Amino acid sequence: MDSREAILERVRNALGRKLGQKPLPPPEPLLRVRYETADAKLTLFRAQLNGTLTVVPDAAAAGNAVEKLLDGQSAVASDHPFLQACGIPNIPGVTANPEDLRNTCATAGVGITSAYCLLAETGTIVLRACPQEPRLLSLLPPVHIAVVPLDRLLTNLDEMLSMTPRPVDSDSSAMVLITGPSRTGDIEQILVRGVHGPGAVHVVIVLGKTPPL
Amino acid sequence: MPRRAAIFVTCIVDQLFPNAGMAMVDVLERLGFEVEFRDAQTCCAQPAFNSGYQKEARAVARHFIDTFADAETIVVPSGSCTAMITHHYTDLFARDGQALERIRALTPKVFEFSQFLLGLPNLDALAARFPHKVTYHDSCHALRELGLKDAPRRLLGQVKDLELIEMEAAEECCGFGGTFSVKFAQISGAMARTKVDSILETGATHVVSLDSSCLMQLRGSLSRGGHKIETLHLAEVLASRG
Amino acid sequence: MSAPDSAIRQTLANANLQLAIYSNTGRLKNHRSKAVAPDRFPEYQDLRTRAAAIKRHTLAFLDVYLLQLEHAVNDNGGKVIWASTGEEAADFIIQLAKDREANLIVKSKSMTTEEIHLNDRLAQHELETVETDLGEYILQLAGQRPFHILAPAIHMTRHDVAKVFNEKLGIEHDTVIENQAMTARRVLREKFLNAGIGITGANFLLADSGGVVIVENEGNARLTLSAPKIHVTVAGLEKLIPRARDLPVFLDLLGRSATGQPLTSYTSIVSGPRRNGELDGPEEFYVILLDAGRTKLLADPEMRESLQCIRCGACLNACPVYRKIGGHNYPWVYSGPIGKVITPQFQGVEKDPWLPFASSLCGACAEVCPVKIDIPSLLLKLRKEIVQANPEDRRYFRIWAWLMQRPGMYALAAKIGRALMGFNIGPLAAWRSERDLPAAPPKSFRDLWKQRKK
Repeated sequence: MDSREAILERVRNALGRKLGQKPLPPPEPLLRVRYETADAKLTLFRAQLNGTLTVVPDAAAAGNAVEKLLDGQSAVASDHPFLQACGIPNIPGVTANPEDLRNTCATAGVGITSAYCLLAETGTIVLRACPQEPRLLSLLPPVHIAVVPLDRLLTNLDEMLSMTPRPVDSDSSAMVLITGPSRTGDIEQILVRGVHGPGAVHVVIVLGKTPPL
Repeated sequence: MPRRAAIFVTCIVDQLFPNAGMAMVDVLERLGFEVEFRDAQTCCAQPAFNSGYQKEARAVARHFIDTFADAETIVVPSGSCTAMITHHYTDLFARDGQALERIRALTPKVFEFSQFLLGLPNLDALAARFPHKVTYHDSCHALRELGLKDAPRRLLGQVKDLELIEMEAAEECCGFGGTFSVKFAQISGAMARTKVDSILETGATHVVSLDSSCLMQLRGSLSRGGHKIETLHLAEVLASRG
Repeated sequence: MSAPDSAIRQTLANANLQLAIYSNTGRLKNHRSKAVAPDRFPEYQDLRTRAAAIKRHTLAFLDVYLLQLEHAVNDNGGKVIWASTGEEAADFIIQLAKDREANLIVKSKSMTTEEIHLNDRLAQHELETVETDLGEYILQLAGQRPFHILAPAIHMTRHDVAKVFNEKLGIEHDTVIENQAMTARRVLREKFLNAGIGITGANFLLADSGGVVIVENEGNARLTLSAPKIHVTVAGLEKLIPRARDLPVFLDLLGRSATGQPLTSYTSIVSGPRRNGELDGPEEFYVILLDAGRTKLLADPEMRESLQCIRCGACLNACPVYRKIGGHNYPWVYSGPIGKVITPQFQGVEKDPWLPFASSLCGACAEVCPVKIDIPSLLLKLRKEIVQANPEDRRYFRIWAWLMQRPGMYALAAKIGRALMGFNIGPLAAWRSERDLPAAPPKSFRDLWKQRKK
């Protein structure tokens, strides 16, 4: 008997269950979805975000805000349509959708992405892997900037999961909830930022109309 | 017609800290109770239960149940003994339906001392006075199994001229733990010294608790460290007239 | 097997170590307290109840959820490997590494892989395995075991670290902590980008979506599961929860219970290799489901709740015994209160029979456990089992029980006992080794009562 069968049989025997026996349904999931106004969410997000928040009126202003944040550093940006709409690839020093993704990310000073959504209650940026947003972009460079339309600002994870009950599926291999910069207290419990992931996080939220999720 | 209260003094109070038991009697009488001491009482069986000797524990627990089954009210100057009776007797007799019935009839009548007092309307009749700086040690069973955090503090708050100072490590175990105190003496001793450090920080001259076992542990460690801080049971404070 | 008395004595006598353990666990304990305070987090007790119920349910129907997970992982293009033992898990990885010529492996922190001595096994086959969690990396260089589930190098100072980096990496002696962290970043970055396989554990496995959930603060797990071509997750069977929608309950509890954070810096949910069009991520994805004794615990309905553990470490930080003796004095990789409970079950109660007795049963662990494991109750069950097999104190308790049923005999024996209290024999000597014993009162309560009633 191979291990698969052996384990399943041991599990069933341990539980006194038979092969194919139907389970009881699990307890109802608890999804605490609270309705908050956009203003309330912005206030909450600003308070919770471990990083800087810039709120801009439109896409053009977003481009300016990012340029200011870059402060002359080189950056790699994703191919996300929203970043294009904000003119991010046109900012001097920004390489969008580079040929050699890994090396560009490994040497860039800043990584610029959009986001799947933001979570106000915890100051979280949610990224979902897709052809336009590779994983390493928000991970290798020491600084991460996320440019996001306002209507992607949700209240909390419960709300996101009620909209997206499958965080990973045929469309996406990975979702990451980013709450603040990379940190460690492993040496004498002294906090150090930017150990492996970015040490600084900046979010630019763009008001006005946006494409659907 | 005064109400009757049977007391279960516990073996440790009986043999090593009789004054705590006497103080409890004083307090109860002052509050208008006729105190009954049933001579047949011995032990709640916790030492055997905690050591894994269930059969021996059951024999002694049965003796407790026989002794107190027909009492109206039973008051106990110990959080750990009370919790043994009210929370663990059912574990001990899980497979004995008859015993479980008797236990279920008995346990609602069993009260830890501070638990019991707080239910009474005439506490100011005590007129207790204890003009000292006191810090309070939360004994583990009283705190976590009986939920007694505020009750003893409120009682101390009613004592004239008593200054209560909280220690940082109030809720941390003193390290007694029954046979743990001798089987793992080093660890037990280290735990006690941590409590002592916290006590010293308060500047208190007295440590009060609901459990004499804890007080014995703390007193032993305080004394070994050369500190002149006194330890006493809550009953002794409440019986005090200053 | 008796307790490691001299090792414990050394730990207790080491003032620096005592301070490090007590203050660091104290800090984590306080962070947790603040984070779950009723005014800050009123739903805490409700979530605990729910989390315990979800875990209990999942364990009760584990066969169903395991199959559901396998199905979902397959749908996502990944593969599930079933490993009855640690050897099987290691053998799979070794074979995979050889087949793919992947000689460099990066790992993020996983207690499960420590449990099965994965690194040692891989080393025997000339596969370089690098721990990437900063504390674990330092320990790996120093050749030491982790001290605490969350803060593995809690016992090391910056000077210890400087020494290790100097000796093992040839780096100039530098005690600035920020520099030490940046050194690790630099060295490990190269490993991440060149490794052929990334191995992680899992905090949770999502049965409905085939998701592997990993929480962390550093980013090394994200790199481990994103940079190499192959991602292997090693997870115990008990890590399953039914649905992604169950995650908020657990995440809310995990971060707060562990370090007081509502969410850690990164929570990754991954399943399967990169999808069509994705520019990075692994090309191969494996989940190794590990038994290694878990089905044994599952079979005991009284002890089964020990499998509910979500490895938050709250019980360690709350335990007054752990806060004195630290992680290295426990015999197995899992230390603290939960370690006391699962070690005897995995390894047999006869191996370290002292372990379940090394507790004052204070209950601080049960109070903080986010999934309501009643550790003191489980310890009592283990004690019962141990003395049944080896009743060394039975005769004392027999005599004690005989006396305690006969009040007259009890009173007499106690009187004699009180008279002997001044002597330094047996338990009296053990007591006095650490603290004073009060003088025996001349009269017992019963004596005083008799007098009073005259």
